[in-house]
Amino acid sequence: MTAKTDRVRVVRSWEWARPERPARREVLAAVPEREEAKPPLLFVPGFGHGAWAFAEHWLGHAAGRGFPAYALSLRGHGGSEPAPEATLRSYTHDVTQVAASLPRQAVLVGHGAGARVVAHAMARYPVRAAVLVAPVLGGWATFGTALRRNPAGTVPAVFGAGLRLNRRQLFSRELPDADARRHLARLGRAGRRAQWQLLTGRAPEPAVGRPPVLVLGSPDDRVLPATALTRAARGYASAPLLFPGMGHDLMLDARWREPIDAILDWLDKDPAPTHG
Amino acid sequence: MSSSTDLGRPDPDRTVVPSRDDRPVSDRGDTVCVIGAGASGLTAVKNLREAGFGVDCYERETGVGGAWNWRHDRSPVYASTHLISSRPFTQFPDFPMPDDWPDYPHHSQLLSYFERYADHFDLRQHVWFGTEVVRVEPVEGDRWDVTTRSTGGYGPERTSRYAAVVVANGHNWSPKLPRYEGLEEFRGEVMHASSYKDPAQLRGKRVLVVGAGNTGCDIAVEAAQQASRCWHSTRRGYWYAPKYVLGRPADQVNDTLLALRVPLRVRQWLYHWTLRLTVGDLTRFGMPKPDHRVYETHPIANSQLVYYVGHGEVTPVPDVARFDDRAVELTDGRRIDPELVVFATGYLPRFEFLAGRVLGDEDGSGRPRLWLNAFTAGHPTLAVVGLVQPDSGIFAISHWQSVLFARLLTLRATRPELAAVFDRKVRAGLGERYSAKVKDSTRHWFEVGHADYLRALQRALHELEDGK
Repeated sequence: MTAKTDRVRVVRSWEWARPERPARREVLAAVPEREEAKPPLLFVPGFGHGAWAFAEHWLGHAAGRGFPAYALSLRGHGGSEPAPEATLRSYTHDVTQVAASLPRQAVLVGHGAGARVVAHAMARYPVRAAVLVAPVLGGWATFGTALRRNPAGTVPAVFGAGLRLNRRQLFSRELPDADARRHLARLGRAGRRAQWQLLTGRAPEPAVGRPPVLVLGSPDDRVLPATALTRAARGYASAPLLFPGMGHDLMLDARWREPIDAILDWLDKDPAPTHG
Repeated sequence: MSSSTDLGRPDPDRTVVPSRDDRPVSDRGDTVCVIGAGASGLTAVKNLREAGFGVDCYERETGVGGAWNWRHDRSPVYASTHLISSRPFTQFPDFPMPDDWPDYPHHSQLLSYFERYADHFDLRQHVWFGTEVVRVEPVEGDRWDVTTRSTGGYGPERTSRYAAVVVANGHNWSPKLPRYEGLEEFRGEVMHASSYKDPAQLRGKRVLVVGAGNTGCDIAVEAAQQASRCWHSTRRGYWYAPKYVLGRPADQVNDTLLALRVPLRVRQWLYHWTLRLTVGDLTRFGMPKPDHRVYETHPIANSQLVYYVGHGEVTPVPDVARFDDRAVELTDGRRIDPELVVFATGYLPRFEFLAGRVLGDEDGSGRPRLWLNAFTAGHPTLAVVGLVQPDSGIFAISHWQSVLFARLLTLRATRPELAAVFDRKVRAGLGERYSAKVKDSTRHWFEVGHADYLRALQRALHELEDGK
């Protein structure tokens, strides 16, 4: 990437001239009974997943700890409108739209490729803070890992089919088979163009407002290589929080409680923006 | 709607220092003062807060939204006001309007957008509502004494000292009324468009609308629907652009050409050609032929005016020559007898709390001399935000102006040598223009082309960081 990407972009003629099409979006919410002046959380699922992935455990748990919690399904996923031609830009648009609709400045929590979408959204909306969970920021190394671990699910994606993830990539052995099968059955697919952009798309622009960023993941993640996780964290001048023994889907795995508690503890400490 | 938020707030006094004439001045340290909580003021508060500054914002009204809040005395909006630039050009770049809103939202939607912006970023806690700014005076050390009092002049004045000031008092509230011979004798009703609120004011009357700005055209259209007769007086011929061309909002089509870097001449030619095909030749209705090319006056976006002219509901007439007790004489010698004359002749910017020379207006012409329409020479801690008349939305421009000012203030503390370079550029660039050649009018000096202007601002942001 050229040095130009670390600069503020003011003129966006193409985006103004061709605004993103509106789409009906599914947003699930769990709001605490008493308002506690904590920032709202917006969970952004990765490719193939929908808001359901967070509704399973994390939404309720966050609300139980006093955070208004919301999860959206990117267009073409979950209960949102079908969108086979969606691009990363459409997904980013979905995230900024929902974030701006919340009553207060939101914390974005992106999982998997949803973290890449969050990274793009951070350049277009001043997040209160951002959390990247097992962030698939794209690039050929991640692609190589996926090819090695799950060739049958990955090769067709190169030719426009949906990327298919298997049980061993997403969950640890501790998760009961019935649950794993139920989750796998709900997986959808991202748009063909969006999948390609994960490899070839433009790197995210710098975040507005220099928000604090937390990166976490599992060293035993079979989608995201540990080196990619460390690199992602270093990109935000930090080191990843690690949850060994868990699969890629930390929010659905057997020990889902540990990572979400770590996120909420970090937010409770009210991390300050990084002024520079 | 929140009214005064003074309750429960700690008193802002930190230290009290005597001013030149022995009035007590409370020193607000590094806090920045923002004047006005309209669109431009709100985005200034948000961006200064985001850069880590303390902010005191003074707002004469009891709510946010400035001109776009129809409850405000100085609001120019009328019941049917809709945006003339489409959503992507109008919204703040980091707080999108809902994408299920129409292409051209209504003014009440815009107010709700600003109220949500204020709540979303928790801005109201920084705003002193019901407080007007009386005086802003520079003091040594590039700091500012800001004197305020309750709106309407009740209560004592108080003066606070700030590290910097953002002037965001708007420019669409002080009506500009042209002088006409005999206007005092005219027995009919006369009003400025600022007092026009509702089409019921026109119902059943013979109405003359003066002025072909966007407001004048809107009122002429409403008069066509409501009044018994409508004359529309314009000084010259204009290009009336429809709000939709080729099946898309016209400004989006225009920016497609800008994105493709089509040169101005070619764009003008394409524009004329498109208007020819859609709107047609207006001289057949008796309207004068435009004496300028498109992009040379502030654009008028109105699809309905020509429609009503074609239906005979609006009679285009030339400029007004003089009034007498019961009739109006036009420059072509015709006499018409309206019962109501609406002057949609625009507004002039006013900075009654600030000495003209501070903004480089030495001769009192009311035209500040600024760079990027925002920065003045010799006062590096002062910025005017939103003093632009773009061919597109204004709020994105205010956003980036305040982002630039916040960066500048940060650099003054951390890297003063870069801030000094910026000051030199302000001096060199005073009065710079950011549009194609524009026909002279009392407002043309702050007319900007949105693409040219934002490109210049982007360059200034980048150069500020590179120290060029």
